Amino acid sequence: MASTSVATAPGRSAWDGGASPMGASYGKLMMWFFLLSDAFTFSALLITYGLVRSAHPVYTGAVSAFKFSAGYWPIPERVFEAVPFLHGVEAPLVFVGIMTFILIMSSVTMVLAVEAGHRMDRVAVEKWMLWTILGGIAFLSCQAWEWLHFIHGSEGGKAVVEGTTFFGANLVHNQYGPPDFAAFFFFITGFHGFHVFSGVCLNFLIYYNTVMGVYDRRGHYEMVEKVGLYWHFVDLVWVFVFTFFYLV
Amino acid sequence: MAHTEETLHINVLPPDRAKIKKLWMTALILLVITILEFIVAFTVPHEYKDLRVWIFITMTIVKAGYIVGEFMHLRYEVKVLIWSILIPMIFIVWMLVAFIYEGMAISAVR
Repeated sequence: MASTSVATAPGRSAWDGGASPMGASYGKLMMWFFLLSDAFTFSALLITYGLVRSAHPVYTGAVSAFKFSAGYWPIPERVFEAVPFLHGVEAPLVFVGIMTFILIMSSVTMVLAVEAGHRMDRVAVEKWMLWTILGGIAFLSCQAWEWLHFIHGSEGGKAVVEGTTFFGANLVHNQYGPPDFAAFFFFITGFHGFHVFSGVCLNFLIYYNTVMGVYDRRGHYEMVEKVGLYWHFVDLVWVFVFTFFYLV
Repeated sequence: MAHTEETLHINVLPPDRAKIKKLWMTALILLVITILEFIVAFTVPHEYKDLRVWIFITMTIVKAGYIVGEFMHLRYEVKVLIWSILIPMIFIVWMLVAFIYEGMAISAVR
């Protein structure tokens, strides 16, 4: 690709430290290794979740007769079954499905922005970056609604102490299952949501620089590619969170 | 701004149709796999827990492969880069197996 920055520094021989053995620029390489370390962090959270979940009793009765209890780990699809504007309608996992769709679409628009950057097409980069930012904001809004619903709780509630009913969730009590269930929900989706938030900020920065012509003057759009890597990683993590927190 | 646009001569290349089509195809595959996951979630009964879990894990790994390979472009990078990203993942798999095993042991003791 003529427009991406070269892997070999001009005027320096390969034996003079002028070559990149991995065929990628310093910045891109560092982004890859940062993402690798970030993958370890997310894995630590998800693995701890696996440890705590497998240490709790499993609900063994019929799914249709499932009731929230602190005695066993809840079935996720019975917890996440609400959709905005459809109060009282049971639609298990539909809202999470919409969130997944939004994030995958914003990943596509990001990779299209990267493609446009390779061609030095500023107008196309601007267009696709705007769609990506929009997707990120839409996802964050969905997550805000989901947290709100999770914290406030649904009808029914759960007896915490004899004679009292508790609705919703905080870090000590929750109506859905053992206290750890809500704690992991807050930590895992919260940590991911924070990554989405920083991703939106970075995407906006890239969009701003593109509009200001910074990359045109620089001669390449590699920053779009680097931030694109980060944005795809956020999508990648969501794929795992979706499976291990909502489906399994 | 007008000044810089006058002095800079930027050669904008036409869109690479084949590449763009491939990207949309990847997105379509990801969406189809997600829809399949939903179908499995609502048709395979909860009694077959192990089967459900393994189907979900397999589909997740396939999706992750497409995101990392196509969207993050890792498939087209130099082999050294591909391996230096993938080999450390062994630690995650090992940690996962060890801790799930540990969790089941805690459950048995309780």
